[in-house]
Amino acid sequence: MAIASTDRPLTAAPESPPRPRRRRGKGDFQKAEQRAGRAFAIPAIILLLLFVIGPAVVSLTMSFTNARLISPVAPEFIGLDNFRRAFTEDDLFHQSVANTFGFAALVVPLQGGLGLVLALLVNQKIAGRNFFRTVYFLPVITSMVVISLLWRFLYQEDGLINSALSMLTGGYYAGQAWLADPSTAMGAIVIMSVWQGVGFHMIIWLTGLQTIPDEVYEAGALDGTTPWQRFRYLTLPLLRPTFAFVLITITIASMSLFVQVDIMTDGGPLGSTSTIVYQIVQKGFQQQQIGYGAALSLIFFCVVLILALLQRRLTREKD
Amino acid sequence: MTTTNLKAGAPARRWVYLPMALLAVFFLFPIVFMVVASLKTDRQIFADMDSLKAFLPVGELSFANYAAVFDRVPFWRFLGNTLFVTFCVTALGLIVNSMAGYALARMRWKGRGIVFGFIIATLILPFDTTIVPMVYLVANLPWIGFEGIKPVLEIGWLNTYHVQIVPFVVNAFSIFLFAQYFKSLPKGLEEAAAMDGAGWLRTYWRIIVPLSKPVFATVTILTVVTSPATWNAYLWPLMTVQSEELRPVMVGVQYFFQLNISWGEVMAYISMITLPMVAVFIAFQRSFIQSIANAGMKD
Repeated sequence: MAIASTDRPLTAAPESPPRPRRRRGKGDFQKAEQRAGRAFAIPAIILLLLFVIGPAVVSLTMSFTNARLISPVAPEFIGLDNFRRAFTEDDLFHQSVANTFGFAALVVPLQGGLGLVLALLVNQKIAGRNFFRTVYFLPVITSMVVISLLWRFLYQEDGLINSALSMLTGGYYAGQAWLADPSTAMGAIVIMSVWQGVGFHMIIWLTGLQTIPDEVYEAGALDGTTPWQRFRYLTLPLLRPTFAFVLITITIASMSLFVQVDIMTDGGPLGSTSTIVYQIVQKGFQQQQIGYGAALSLIFFCVVLILALLQRRLTREKD
Repeated sequence: MTTTNLKAGAPARRWVYLPMALLAVFFLFPIVFMVVASLKTDRQIFADMDSLKAFLPVGELSFANYAAVFDRVPFWRFLGNTLFVTFCVTALGLIVNSMAGYALARMRWKGRGIVFGFIIATLILPFDTTIVPMVYLVANLPWIGFEGIKPVLEIGWLNTYHVQIVPFVVNAFSIFLFAQYFKSLPKGLEEAAAMDGAGWLRTYWRIIVPLSKPVFATVTILTVVTSPATWNAYLWPLMTVQSEELRPVMVGVQYFFQLNISWGEVMAYISMITLPMVAVFIAFQRSFIQSIANAGMKD
C-alpha cells in the first residue's frame, strides 16, 4: 500500500521569501506559516477527533458497562462481562464470526482474481474496449441496497436464476430457493457481492497494468516466450503493489458485510448468513444493548486492525 | 510493439470477444431485467420469467408501477433529501479535506508530523466498526438550533439533517489524496504569491485550487460513489433518522415491504433511484474511471 511512501519528507516550505513591501523578517513569515498551517488543518482535526476517535473512545468505555441506548437508568460498570459473554456464551456471534471469515475467504480470491481477468481483457488494444469497461463497471455505481433487492428477487424459487438453470439444463434441474437454504444462502450472497464489486478492482488492476512499460514485453517477446510465461514472469511480479492494495481493500470491505444480509436474509436461515456487523447492529441497536454492542464493535475493530497490519506486513516483505 | 507480438496476438483477438460478450451479459442482465420488469404488471413479470421475454418490453406495458410509487412514498421529498445531504457532504468535504491536505503537504507547522501519522492511522478503519457507538455519541451531542431568530441549545442530533452530514465531512482518504496531489505542484508558488502580498488563504484559493481541478474531481466522484452518507446512504440514516420528511431515497425501499409486496413497484422504485446515477456515470464515464484509478495509484 502506498501509505509507506508518505514517510518521505514533505515538500520544503518556502524559505525566507523577500517581502519588500511589508518589510517583514523571516521570523514573521514563519510565525504566519505556523498559524496558517494550524488554522487550515484544525477543522479536519476537530471532526476526526469527534467522529473517528470519539466513537472509538465511547466503544472502549461502554464495552465495560451494561449501558442501554435509550434508558433512564445510569449504566453500571460490569468489568469484562460483555467480553466473557461474547467469547464464551454467544453462539450466534461465534457463528457470525465464522460466516464473516468464510465470506471474506471466498470473496477475496474471487473478486480479486476475476477483477484481474477483466482487467487483462479490457487492457487489450481492441475495438469496443471502452464499452466493455463501462458495462463491467456499471454494478459498482449501483447501490448495494438496490442490488440486494434485485438479486433477492432473482434468487427466489420462481425467480430468474432458476428459470435460466431450468432452461440451460432442458428442464432437468429446476433449482431451489437459494436464500432459504442454510447451505446455499451465503454462497448466493458471495456471487452477488463479487458481481457488484469486481468492476472497481478491474479498474485498480488496469491502472497497475498500464504502469508496466511496453518495452518490458518487447524484451520478453524477443526471447521467444509464450504469452502465459510473459504473464507469469513479467506481468504478475510487476503487479505486486497493486496486489497489496486489492487484497487489503477487498478484505476490509468483505469483513464489513452487512447491507446484503440485512436486505436479503436478515441473517437467516438458521443464522447461516449472520455476520459480525449484522450482530453489532442487532445487539447494539435493535435490541438496544449498547454496552454489549460496543464490546462486539471493539472485538471487530481489533480483528480488522490485526488483519490490515498482517496483510501490509506480508505484502511489504515480498518487495 | 514488435511484429512477433502482433502476430501472436492476432488470432486471439476475434476469439476474445466471445468471453467478453458473455461477461457483458452477466453484468447487464439484472439491470436490464429491473428496468423491463418495472413496466410490467406482477402477473406479467412472473409469466415472462421462463423465457427471454423477461428481458424484453413485451406484453402489456405501462407506467402504472411508477404512478404507484408516488402513492406509496413521498418520492420527491426523499430525492430532495438525498440530493441536499449528498451536496453538503461533498462540498463541505472538499473544503475541509483540501485545506487539511494543503496544510499537511505544503506548510510547516508544529505537530504536522503527528497529525499526518494520525490521519494515516485512521485510513484503515472501516466506518462500520464504530457505527453503534457513533449513534450513542450523536444522540448526546449538543447543537445550536434556532427558534425564529433566537438561538437555543439542543441536545441530541437524532432526526436532523446535520446528523446525516457533519460526521461524514472529514475523510482521511480524501485528505491523503489532496496532500499527494498538492505535493506534486511546483515549488515556489507560495513565495511568488507572498511577494505579491497574498496571504495563505488567498494563495490557496486563487492559485492552488485552480491548479488542482483533477484532484477535486476525483474526490467529488469518490465521495458521491463510496461515502456511506451520500447517494447510497442507508444504514446510518436508518438508525438515526426516524421522521419520514428527513429520510433519503435508499431508506425508502423499506416502504415497499411493509404491506403487500408488489415486485413491479419495487422494480419501478429501484429503477428511479438507480437510473439517474447511471446517466451521470455514462456522461462522465472517463472521469469516474480515472477517479477509481487515482484511488488505487497512491504512490
